Amino acid sequence: MKKITFSEIEGWSSGYLALLAILGAIVLVGLGSAFYMEHHGHYVTGMNNQIVWGVPHVFAVFLIVAASGALNTASISSVFGKVAYKPLARMSALLSIALLVGGLMVLVLDLGRADRLIVAMTKYNFKSIFAWNMILYNGFFAIVGAYLWMLMDARLGKKFARPVGFFAFLWRLALTTGTGSIFGFLVARQAYDAAIMAPMFVVMSFSFGLAILLLILLASYKWSGREFGDALFTRLKNLLGIFVAGVLYFVIAYHLTNLYAAEHTGVEHFILLNGGIYSNMFWYGQILLGSLVPLALFYHPTWGKSRLLVGLGAALVIIGGWFQMYVIIIGGQAFPLVLFPGKTVESSFSDGIINSYTPTLAEFGLGLGGFATALIAVALAVKVLRLMPTSLADADVDPHYKK
Amino acid sequence: MNNNTDKARRNFMSKLVAAAGVAVAPGVILHQVAQAKPADQPVSSKNRWGILVNTDKCASNCNDCVTACENENGWGSGSDNEQLSSPLQKSQWIRKVKLTDNQTGHVQSLPLMCQHCENPPCVDVCPTGASMKRADGIVLVDKHICIGCRYCMMACPYKARSFIHEEIHNQRVNAPRGIGTVEACTMCVVRVDNDQTPACVEACESALMFGDLNDPGSRISIELKKNGGEQIRADLGLNTGVRYQGI
Repeated sequence: MKKITFSEIEGWSSGYLALLAILGAIVLVGLGSAFYMEHHGHYVTGMNNQIVWGVPHVFAVFLIVAASGALNTASISSVFGKVAYKPLARMSALLSIALLVGGLMVLVLDLGRADRLIVAMTKYNFKSIFAWNMILYNGFFAIVGAYLWMLMDARLGKKFARPVGFFAFLWRLALTTGTGSIFGFLVARQAYDAAIMAPMFVVMSFSFGLAILLLILLASYKWSGREFGDALFTRLKNLLGIFVAGVLYFVIAYHLTNLYAAEHTGVEHFILLNGGIYSNMFWYGQILLGSLVPLALFYHPTWGKSRLLVGLGAALVIIGGWFQMYVIIIGGQAFPLVLFPGKTVESSFSDGIINSYTPTLAEFGLGLGGFATALIAVALAVKVLRLMPTSLADADVDPHYKK
Repeated sequence: MNNNTDKARRNFMSKLVAAAGVAVAPGVILHQVAQAKPADQPVSSKNRWGILVNTDKCASNCNDCVTACENENGWGSGSDNEQLSSPLQKSQWIRKVKLTDNQTGHVQSLPLMCQHCENPPCVDVCPTGASMKRADGIVLVDKHICIGCRYCMMACPYKARSFIHEEIHNQRVNAPRGIGTVEACTMCVVRVDNDQTPACVEACESALMFGDLNDPGSRISIELKKNGGEQIRADLGLNTGVRYQGI
């Protein structure tokens, strides 16, 4: 294995500029949507007093979860000593910061009083998992920022890349545990209140983060005309397959446990069978498109060799992950609270009925704006920083390469 | 001479102590007896305000408690605000709930609002501490530091909280409301501090009773001790301040 050289991309091609223009336009749409919601109030959204978290939260939580997972490739090299992944460590760390920026942007701009962000930064209720998360998110920027520095500074990196990388790895595990616990700690909601939420979110992060990294690598190496060898490509898509299967395992364990408890059969029947859009999203979006099809594409003897099909599989993992978030966040709220078991409940405040939610364009605009912010940050960073190895050809990066 | 001086000093001291005792005692005794607190003193955990609902006396076609709350606190029909919000987005501080037993068909009616829990999940999850519980057990939202994240609404087992989806005008002095923040039943905290009962209780004295759960001599405590009162979702261990008879 040769010494890896990193270089900036040239970044003046018409394709690159077009990419920046498109992403920039989506970012502007996102900011415009946030301004529109802020100016009028949340009545312009589909969110209401029953479905209090909507599409912006689906995007925000997805991006935050993916952010911590994107760091995984760097962790595998620094913490677990797998040299094959070392060339990707810088991109991995940068992408994780970018995705977190995008996710937090959506979360913060959806607040009822986004103008009071300073309050959120100065007043902490330390019993709140949300308050812990604010510390975990801010800490993530600092620690992964330091880690990226260690990865890019050969002299310091030799000494500190491993310990700082190890610390970043622990921190990201805490962060995703915190994100999963936002739901795990909700004692009264039938779909939440489960400790498995935290580890499930950790495995989801592995899957979503790596899917985004793989897609970005495929695109950026193709567009910049750099070589991306089969050895690393095969490793990454196989690893992604394992993560997708891991998520599936946690999803099965979660639903089986709930099905076993009589008190949860109502919500399980709702999500799995008669929940309309939520059941469809679960079976067709999350399970079929987001899990089974990608697994087939990754592990099929011939499809698994095609960059196009594996790229499609990674894209489906991302789309399936989005559906999974939608089912967890919105499906979980759509099912009514059970206040009086064994009784039918009616009121003027939607008690006892399945809550309806029709998201508006502004919500999608804000969510996609956050996604585009993460991607434009990566696109700009690879132009100004030495993040991309000049070659990921087998001869250059595969530790087991034989001529 | 020394002895005389000592005696005089002792006499003087004992008279002084006695005089001080006479001066202070009524205050101390009065403080123990009185429930209301002077306006310049903070609330104390000596009181735990609660409401008892007798569902047997709560008529299914009656909405008096809700109307009284609307008029007192300026929401719903009590104000001309929230015209742009959809019905699902409009605030409801208190609502009437109709229960039908799936097995027997027995029908009941009751008002549902913030249950003013001793261990409120909304307070636990609030990142800034805007959701808070007063020493006397009343759970409130500090409008100045609520950032509108709605995590408390996700956490409340009773769906007692509402989010304000649009600009609010002409709010009541006693019930501040504001766009982008969360609100709920305040147990008419201003009235309680002025030694009055909450508006809903005043509107329906047959089915609702207000009082100090910590005072074993209060009407509500005596009634609870005699005839009992259930918590909704007692399994959550929240120790609610609102109790129900007949459920």
